[in-house]
Amino acid sequence: MSGYAVLAEALEKQYGEDTRALDGFDLAVRKGTVHGLLGPNGAGKTTAVRVLTTLLRLDGGRAEVAGVDVARHPRRVRSRIGLTGQYAAVDKLLTGRQNLEMFGRLFHLGGRRARLRAAELLERFDLTEAADKGAGEYSGGMRRRLDLAASMIMAPDVLFLDEPTTGLDPRGRGEVWDAVRALVAGGTTVLLTTQYLDEADRLASRITVLDQGRAIADDTPDGLKRRVGGDRIEVVVAEPSDLPAAVKAVARVADAGTEPETATTPTATTTDEWGCRVHAAVSGDRVAALTEVARTLQEERVAVEDIGLRRPSLDEVFLRLTGHRTERMESEGEAV
Amino acid sequence: MSVDLRAVYAGEEGPGRRAYWALADCWNVVRRGLTHYLRQPSYIVWQLGFPIVSVLLYGYVFGGAMKPPGGGDYRDFLLPGMFVMTMAFGLMNTAITMVTDASKGVVDRFRSMPMAPSAVVAGRGANDLIVACAELTILAATALAMGWRADGGLAAAAGAFALLLLLRFCLIWVGVWLGLLIPSPEAAGGLYAVVFPLTMVSSVFVPPSSMPDWLGAVAAWNPISSTATATRELFGNPVASDGSWIQEHAVLMAVVWPAAVTAVCLPLAVRRFQRLSR
Repeated sequence: MSGYAVLAEALEKQYGEDTRALDGFDLAVRKGTVHGLLGPNGAGKTTAVRVLTTLLRLDGGRAEVAGVDVARHPRRVRSRIGLTGQYAAVDKLLTGRQNLEMFGRLFHLGGRRARLRAAELLERFDLTEAADKGAGEYSGGMRRRLDLAASMIMAPDVLFLDEPTTGLDPRGRGEVWDAVRALVAGGTTVLLTTQYLDEADRLASRITVLDQGRAIADDTPDGLKRRVGGDRIEVVVAEPSDLPAAVKAVARVADAGTEPETATTPTATTTDEWGCRVHAAVSGDRVAALTEVARTLQEERVAVEDIGLRRPSLDEVFLRLTGHRTERMESEGEAV
Repeated sequence: MSVDLRAVYAGEEGPGRRAYWALADCWNVVRRGLTHYLRQPSYIVWQLGFPIVSVLLYGYVFGGAMKPPGGGDYRDFLLPGMFVMTMAFGLMNTAITMVTDASKGVVDRFRSMPMAPSAVVAGRGANDLIVACAELTILAATALAMGWRADGGLAAAAGAFALLLLLRFCLIWVGVWLGLLIPSPEAAGGLYAVVFPLTMVSSVFVPPSSMPDWLGAVAAWNPISSTATATRELFGNPVASDGSWIQEHAVLMAVVWPAAVTAVCLPLAVRRFQRLSR
């Protein structure tokens, strides 16, 4: 079992009478890797993290974190993990340094070691300059970095990041990603939950997709994308009357469809209600395909609003993996 | 890594060491709370501003027209009431800080750490009691400057302050319980709608005997009234008692009420905290 930082078997967690947040969830996270937990709101990501970090008691199944049984030795688990939740749970009223020293003392480092460790982490997370400013004055990215630093005080074996970049601007997200990469380079195992496929793609070497409380896929990011069908070309025409021409142009470079009735013919699909958008899966030389479509449209004098290569979105991953759009996907807000 | 993190938790087993670390954790949570106050002094000013302004308004604007039944100066009657009101409004602070910590992930972070879980709640309570002591000190100093005197002797005055802190103590558990029950800090602000009438329908501002009979009875049996009447008695200030049983036994009831509230709400708060892992 030594190769895994997190091992979970058939986890069950029920809220109240009929909400099954986890329903036979399995997970295996290799040591020293970033493992992404991907799923729509309400899929059970946060519940999984809360169970593995001892915040919630299990109703069934078995989980080991850093080789320690979560149900039997929660306190020992707590001394070996770090948790950065959906909120940057740092104290906005305290300075960055005061925050880290306080958490250091609460981790039982004692005053002197807590001060030294705080200084070390401030430097490591590039916060030394802002160390004595109130955390309330920090940018979103800085606050998340401080939050990460607080999670890293005891150099935990496993770090849990629950949607660490939700609500951050692109710059803040980049800062957090860099910090996470640095941690993994230092040997920490990271379990990352996210709603963003690109985030999991950039950070994780393996991704588990959750839906309705169970793992419905466990693969590398590339493997996952292959299942979804890779990149697609998308064209938006200015006038609905030009749509047939656009569909024809796109179909010439498109892959075969995935539904049985279209499996042998290249397939382009129109999507929006104004009848201006067409997209199709493409593989192979995608740039050549895009150029080809652009040239055809230009020759036929079709006015184009937008044209480009699109990566599969999380929605598409789910459409493909679950075969249906779940009701919960539509609703905002994670059921806790 | 220059700081040696090995063996930090070695030797923490055994009841003695556990109790030591539970206390140390509690103290560190208290330190956090006190640092909050030190880093935003304006908060304390606002906090104390309300009772001080109330004293000035009621004392000087209405004070001339109001005479407590049984004689004495209205301001001397009012000031112990203000002490009680400040303690009662402390409930809001406990609830709002608790709900803020719970909803912003601070409580979760604490619970995911190898610290004593009890420290999260006990630290909140200890912190609020220390703040209450500071509030009473500042209020008493203001009152003395306004000419208020405690004529009942030093021991009785100490007893009065002890009763005030006892009231605050029982309200800590109400606040922690509500703080863990209420979903958001915004919703907790709605507690004012309950706490404000609760302090008004009491003997804090006027004697219950001056109210309509039914309201007077509610006010007289309001636990806050018992503490107000008891502290007036102990400070040697005008009591304005109507001779009813509840007012004649104010000191006893100023112990019984908070004890009863604590007996109900402390287990509720602890249970609610433990249910966070459900």
